[in-house]
Amino acid sequence: MSDLRTPLKNALGLGSAKQGAHHFLVQRTTAVALALLVPWVVWLVLEALHLDYAGAHALVAQPLNAVLLLAFVVAVFWHAQLGLQVVIEDYVHTKGTQVVLQILVKFLCFLGAAASALAVIRIALGR
Amino acid sequence: MAEFTLPKNSKIKSGKHFPAAAGAKKVRTFRVYRWTPEDGENPRVDTYEVDLATCGPMVLDALLKIKNEIDPTITFRRSCREGICGSCAMNIDGTNTLACTKAIEDCGSGDVKIYPLPHMPVVKDLVPDLTHFYAQLASIKPWLRAETPPPPDKERLQSKEDRAKLDGLYECILCACCTTSCPSYWWNSDRYLGPAVLLQAYRWIVDSRDEDTGARLDELEDPFKLYRCHTIMNCARTCPKGLNPAKAIAETKKLIAERVG
Repeated sequence: MSDLRTPLKNALGLGSAKQGAHHFLVQRTTAVALALLVPWVVWLVLEALHLDYAGAHALVAQPLNAVLLLAFVVAVFWHAQLGLQVVIEDYVHTKGTQVVLQILVKFLCFLGAAASALAVIRIALGR
Repeated sequence: MAEFTLPKNSKIKSGKHFPAAAGAKKVRTFRVYRWTPEDGENPRVDTYEVDLATCGPMVLDALLKIKNEIDPTITFRRSCREGICGSCAMNIDGTNTLACTKAIEDCGSGDVKIYPLPHMPVVKDLVPDLTHFYAQLASIKPWLRAETPPPPDKERLQSKEDRAKLDGLYECILCACCTTSCPSYWWNSDRYLGPAVLLQAYRWIVDSRDEDTGARLDELEDPFKLYRCHTIMNCARTCPKGLNPAKAIAETKKLIAERVG
């Protein structure tokens, strides 16, 4: 009120970003992937529980298990990044903090995915 | 950060108590939020004991009785008293609704608590400042937009099937109960349009006579304007007209997804 702008000017703001559909679709696609993969990961973990190191190593090294595990790692970190992005947009309203957190989350999710993928690939390739 | 606690000058204190008149038969206590901009005081909750034996059945009847017979300083909006103008939207017994269609006996046991619509600036007592809400409605240009001029001798026609698509949308009276019940709107009302305005936007998107569908979807496709809806569903739960704004928002998201892929 004190800044002499009209209410409509404030409501219009910077206008529409004309994007958001991609984020929406990827979030749901990764959610579907996770809905399918998580039960399988639970099964894998339960299988590995009563195996020794060599047995667990061999289980993960099986091509099908390795590929699905890679898919799980990509889906889970991608989905987490998209979700955390929205949480930060919702609650963090200090511009500087928001930018730093958004970049930090992207870096951490990428590093988590890269490290997990590397671990699976090393096992799959028998290193 | 989003603010989760009230600033010091907004903390609510207990206010005056107005006991029932002697000889009252059926007393019910109303706890009403009071705030006046002029006196520099914190908001307070005044307690009114109302004799329901001489009062109409609705919460609005009780408020009018309080204003007419107990405390004329109490301020609230009301007009039609039959649930069509949306003026008396307020938070009653913990839920946003219309005072004129909410029966006193439908309020839970104990005192009836009456507050203004949540998370809006207060003008006085139960009157919220809806300026930004109305500006957001204006921003979506909620009227028929068409290049083709209407036929010279008749109205723009639509099939019965297309008309049926407006059912559950056209009934919205813009009381702001849904929008002010939405946590996403509480945290991001500067940019998120909120359920009521998005329902109005969808009302024009699905109107078979409107030719600006693409532009309307362009304007809505925005991480904040539309996608702040996280399907919390408070809007559908609170709507005094029984509408489902969350469904209108979901349908809008589906249409935008449809044209992408």
